[in-house]
Amino acid sequence: MGEMSSENLLGQDVAATTVEAATGFFQKLLNKNEKVQDVVNWGRKWSFFQYPFVTACCGMEYMATAGPRYDYARFGAELPRFSPRQADLLMVVGTISHKQAPVLRTVWEQMADPKWVISFGVCASSGGFYRNYATVQGIDTIIPVDVYIPGCPPRPEAVLDALMMLQDKVQKERRPLLPIVK
Amino acid sequence: MSKLALDRLIEKFPSEVTSHHAAHGDETAVVKGARLVEICTFLRDDPSTSFEMLTDLTAVDYLGQKEPRFEVVFHLYSLSKNHRLRLKIELPEETPEVPSVLSVWKSANWMEREVYDLYGLQFVGHPDLRRILLYPEFEGHPLRKDYDTEKRQPRIPARSGRTHL
Repeated sequence: MGEMSSENLLGQDVAATTVEAATGFFQKLLNKNEKVQDVVNWGRKWSFFQYPFVTACCGMEYMATAGPRYDYARFGAELPRFSPRQADLLMVVGTISHKQAPVLRTVWEQMADPKWVISFGVCASSGGFYRNYATVQGIDTIIPVDVYIPGCPPRPEAVLDALMMLQDKVQKERRPLLPIVK
Repeated sequence: MSKLALDRLIEKFPSEVTSHHAAHGDETAVVKGARLVEICTFLRDDPSTSFEMLTDLTAVDYLGQKEPRFEVVFHLYSLSKNHRLRLKIELPEETPEVPSVLSVWKSANWMEREVYDLYGLQFVGHPDLRRILLYPEFEGHPLRKDYDTEKRQPRIPARSGRTHL
């Protein structure tokens, strides 16, 4: 490292051959100019790759939102990915039981940063009317949640509203490109 | 229609049927548990009853309402005769045991496991009586009326600052 080098707009080495070096360059660019962070956030908020964790009837409304009438692809959330490794938006759609809680937790842990979580419907948000031995009383007891959608099930308009709220949240974020590992 | 089936059951096993009723097509017989497999085999194989299908097997907890505490309920259906019959077996709290009818109807397998899982009733003769809906480390049987409705048995701890309500 550092043997091949050239001047650039930061006045530093850019001949990066490793992920760390490349990230370091862009991270410095980010630190130098707030506008660059805005551009990165703009890119993130218009390209959500969701992981639909669909467990219950809310899935029907999720599909309705994905369909041509409401079409969340307009917001860049085009492709559901069925591997958590390829997703950055976890949508928990439906009732989560205690039996299933470790699975949800594992899926969330498998997703790479940056990642966000939408709690879709009252069951995911609070347990809904399932106040019993079987149901997790809100997924925020086991994973952090960015946006909650009320409704049983929510209307597609509410889902789009939540998506736009998340976009606003992402636009305002100030976070490093990669999580700092110590 | 199925009054005939009920009559046939009473005629064949008069000492086993402790009570029965039939109103608006809900023919029901409360039978003793000891010869259950024999009764069920008869109901399945006799040409006049022909209950080929066990549509449902469930239980009721009558805690504080009547004795004995538990009832196991069998819903039978005849595909060829298009009639139905309900069998009930009363179980005391101390020995909640009933013979498994798995040898008569294979559909009883998972339904007996479900009743065991949620009510803790024992099906004697079942080859693999373990929980089917809840996780193995779950303690107790949640559909019993004396199970605390607010009791939670989470498999993973809550995040810091949160509790499993």
